Amino acid sequence: MLELILFYMASTIALVSTILALTRVNAAHALVYLILSLLAVAVVFYLIGAPFAAALEVVIYAGAIMVLFVFVIMMLNLGEKGDRREKQLLKPQIWITPVILAVLLLVELVLVLSQSAPAETQGLISSKEVGMALYGPYVLAVEIASMLLMAGLVGAYHLGRRYLEEGGGS
Amino acid sequence: MDGVSIPLDHVLLLASLLFICGLLGLMMRRNVIFILISLEVMLNASAVAFVAAGARWGQADGQVIFMLILAVAAAEVAVGLGLVIQIQRRFKSLDMDDADRLRG
Repeated sequence: MLELILFYMASTIALVSTILALTRVNAAHALVYLILSLLAVAVVFYLIGAPFAAALEVVIYAGAIMVLFVFVIMMLNLGEKGDRREKQLLKPQIWITPVILAVLLLVELVLVLSQSAPAETQGLISSKEVGMALYGPYVLAVEIASMLLMAGLVGAYHLGRRYLEEGGGS
Repeated sequence: MDGVSIPLDHVLLLASLLFICGLLGLMMRRNVIFILISLEVMLNASAVAFVAAGARWGQADGQVIFMLILAVAAAEVAVGLGLVIQIQRRFKSLDMDDADRLRG
């Protein structure tokens, strides 16, 4: 029964923070809500018996990909509006909602970890099984994904390099 | 423990609601950063559906597809953010309606 309650809490947090993220004016605020939504989705993954996917969601989605967003928002500097926004960040109504949602997620985490048998509601799929499938029948897909990542790397390098030469240099 | 397992329908409902949020955001927002964020939300929603289906049938295939979606999302974000920097430099704004030269 606890798993069901935790699942509905996590999905509500995910939906609410996604809606809040897509209705913000400031992109940095939206990113905070989006990270919260991804963490809530990671809790959902954990509860439906996919702990490896949950770890990947936190490490790659909420970690690496969101850091890319944060870097780009930092590069597009806010200029003179930056100081005003910095002052606004100190007002409580800016950060009170993400803090409440994050505290709810933290409560869920403590509840899940305090259980003796952690969330084995339906057959747990271990990372070993995922690895066996990934390098067994799906090895061609892994190769294609590596080529896609290579193409993404070259494309991002190309777009960023021209920016440095023409815009940043002069 | 099967009596209290999370129903697949509800996870799929969560995935479709997240996807609808992302789709509405994609259609309503004109800021490039928010368009990329909406794309991320939609990719994430489809990943939820895959993982839920994989967990329902006890197969690892859902999580394999999830990892492929992660790779697609990472490549898409890298190129998309490079484009965001270019758009900011050329048009001095992040509004997509400024970058409508292809409309003719």
